[in-house]
Amino acid sequence: MAALLELDNVEARYGATKALHGISLTLDDGSIVAVLGANGAGKTTTLRAVSGTVRRSGEILFDGRRLGRRGPEAVARLGIAHVPEGRGTFAELSVKENLRLGAYTQRPQAFKADYSRVLNLFPWMLDREGQQAGTLSGGEQQMLALARALMQRPRLLLLDEPSLGLAPGLVTDIFRIVRELNEKEGLSVLVVEQNAAVALETAERAYVLEVGRVVVTGASDELRRNESVRRSYLGY
Amino acid sequence: MANFLQQVVSGLATGGIYGSLALAIVLIYRATRVINFAQGEMGMFAAFIALWLIDSGWPYWAAFFATLGLAFVGGVLVERVVIRPVERAPVVTVVIVTVGLLIGLNGAAFWIWGGDTRAFPSAFSTRAIHVGGVAFSIQDFGVIGVSLGAVALLFLFFRFTKLGLAMRAAALNPEASRLVGVRVGWMLALGWGFASVLGAVAAMMVAPTIFLDPNMMRPVLLYAIAAAILGGLESPIGAVLGGLILGVGLNLISTYVDFVGDALKLPVAFVVILAVLLVKPTGLFGRATVRRV
Amino acid sequence: MSRRRVVTLAAQGIAFLLGVAVLVVLPRWLSDFHASEVAYVGIYFIAILGLNILTGYTGQISLGHGAFMAIGGYTTAILVGHHNVRDLWTIPLAGLIAGGAGLLFGVPALRLSGLYLALATFGLAVALPAVLKKFDDFTGGTEGIQLFGRPGFTGKGYENVHVLGLTLTFNDWLYYLCWTIAVVLFVVAWIVLGGRMGRTFRAIRDSEIAATSSGVNMPLYKTLAFGLSAFYAGVAGSLFALATTFVNPDTFPIVLSLYLVIGAVVSGLGSIWGIVAGALFIQYVPDLASKYVSEAPGAPSVAYAIILIVVVVLMPFGLTGLIRKTTRPLTDRLFRRS
Repeated sequence: MAALLELDNVEARYGATKALHGISLTLDDGSIVAVLGANGAGKTTTLRAVSGTVRRSGEILFDGRRLGRRGPEAVARLGIAHVPEGRGTFAELSVKENLRLGAYTQRPQAFKADYSRVLNLFPWMLDREGQQAGTLSGGEQQMLALARALMQRPRLLLLDEPSLGLAPGLVTDIFRIVRELNEKEGLSVLVVEQNAAVALETAERAYVLEVGRVVVTGASDELRRNESVRRSYLGY
Repeated sequence: MANFLQQVVSGLATGGIYGSLALAIVLIYRATRVINFAQGEMGMFAAFIALWLIDSGWPYWAAFFATLGLAFVGGVLVERVVIRPVERAPVVTVVIVTVGLLIGLNGAAFWIWGGDTRAFPSAFSTRAIHVGGVAFSIQDFGVIGVSLGAVALLFLFFRFTKLGLAMRAAALNPEASRLVGVRVGWMLALGWGFASVLGAVAAMMVAPTIFLDPNMMRPVLLYAIAAAILGGLESPIGAVLGGLILGVGLNLISTYVDFVGDALKLPVAFVVILAVLLVKPTGLFGRATVRRV
Repeated sequence: MSRRRVVTLAAQGIAFLLGVAVLVVLPRWLSDFHASEVAYVGIYFIAILGLNILTGYTGQISLGHGAFMAIGGYTTAILVGHHNVRDLWTIPLAGLIAGGAGLLFGVPALRLSGLYLALATFGLAVALPAVLKKFDDFTGGTEGIQLFGRPGFTGKGYENVHVLGLTLTFNDWLYYLCWTIAVVLFVVAWIVLGGRMGRTFRAIRDSEIAATSSGVNMPLYKTLAFGLSAFYAGVAGSLFALATTFVNPDTFPIVLSLYLVIGAVVSGLGSIWGIVAGALFIQYVPDLASKYVSEAPGAPSVAYAIILIVVVVLMPFGLTGLIRKTTRPLTDRLFRRS
């Protein structure tokens, strides 16, 4: 299977502080990969490096193409959708306007079909089209963020801590939807999670980060079975 | 009573002018947290260009719309060339840059056209029209129409077009906007373009009354700032309503309070600014934002 | 005291003495007209110094300091022009009255921050001329007040002045008057800002929240800063009135307030050492522009604006920032002993 995303020795810094000290990872087309680790390990920064939100050095290849110095606007147009920490919803705008923005880079004719698709996944949105996004519950906002990303018709979805602040039931729902999208439509997903248990159930492979470096990597099953890895890095 | 109604209508006319300029200020403030102190001078410059076109033989409305087009381009250029380099600088620096722009445009107008006061043609006849036995000026109605028309068009644009939505998004949440592919930098530039158009409209509507000269927009800028603050710096609707309220209010005060008359209108505007900032800084229509500690 | 501090103080002391020495002898080489120009530099120096105390040290932006200059200027003009008071006595009085106005304004200013304060002070400066015109019994209205030739006016505006056994032309007298006061006020600022008050001011600028939680009486210090800064502006305004020998509502336009802020930013906020540069900038750049670009009215302003914008973009921290950046490697080198 071809690699959709490759990171080779990627470094990133915030001002004078270095956050990533040379991360390398591979994501195959059509697979789900998790990035795990404690707070401050560099997980979010890794996603930001891919989407171009933070300045980075090293090579990032998407579908064989170098991302170079592209910023987020250009990366979005290549087919990468990033659902950031804090969800990135436009709180003052309505649900439908949020989704319209998701479709910004797509052709206007595509909107109707894409919108129906999203409503099929999240039927509750139909009645709440006009509601201000900031007044939605945490779980609803997460789903809106995911829906917004889907409107971009991405090949690769970057998900940053989808479980944050959500009740366990909702967390299962979100990950189930992600799995469905992956199985039915071949959507590749790079998900960052603090909740390693849930992430490992969904992802095929995982990379564990510590202080900006990859310390462990392997198939999810292996990592789950490895007691010492679980204790030291995954917190369970 | 007749006089009262007349003053209200003419107050609405000046209020429409203040409101347009106030909206320009609010548009830029919402997107960049910067007050463009040069907004008035940009409008003044556009009005001079319009006059130059008219003097060269262009019919009024052709000159009017051509000027709006040029104002738009000018606004975009200013943002890309002058403002973009200092995007991330502290507030004081950006204030200085807009102040520099104010001084430069003022000087440029003096240099090119001289400091003499000139007459600026009005789009509307100065005849009176009688409604219910009271005489109103057609020009006042015309000014109200044009100012509010421009503002309304802009609202429709923001509400119902893709680009308008992208501009709103860029102002509300630039980071998230980038992630969906919106080129935030260009959205800001377009914002400056539209603001410049509003400033040009305001200047061309006010020029027939106060006559065209490089310093003419100085007091108008202060009234517009007062209107924007009154309505709430974050609220576009507030800016327009604030302008109308201020226009009518100032007109009535200066007519009926002898002490104030025409001479103290500016200080009254200043008092309004101070009072609003002290009592309810978010203005009549703004929402209070909690400061995250 | 650390070694570095001693060296810094010594360097500052030497720079100061050199500066004073230059100031004392300069008029010998300056023509009469230029002496008056440099006197104006001194006046702007004082005003910018005051503004810097406010903006550079406590972080409160004022776009209306010209208004405090106007208060000081009008105080002197009214006393000298209408009441024949000796001009020298009016200078501290002008400062005190302007300072009082500053304290008064400082109270509502407490509730305004950043851009809001900038807007309020902008409004003050734009609106003040109208008030001055209105109360014309007191202020002479649009016609203004003439100081030229008044008995209380030293040298009456054109005569030679006899002081301390020396005879000076009026412009030389003006020069020494302005710069003596400027030097004195500079030393005062140096002492005040170097001590506890200065540290408190800076703490306020850097983080209001941190400062309050460490027990600083913020309202008091912020208001004091406003009052002090207005005092300086008032003194500058008083000297300005004496220099122009005439005031009317247009003597202190909003442009003056804007120029003061420009001078403060160019010199570098938060340090008093670059201020000479700021004052020179606002006095001479328009002049040079009119000489070398074009004499047409308005052209100097265009050049001025371009230069200003370029300067601000290239040196966001003003001249002082530039000096610090270039001397830091030097002073670092001097201390890499152990």
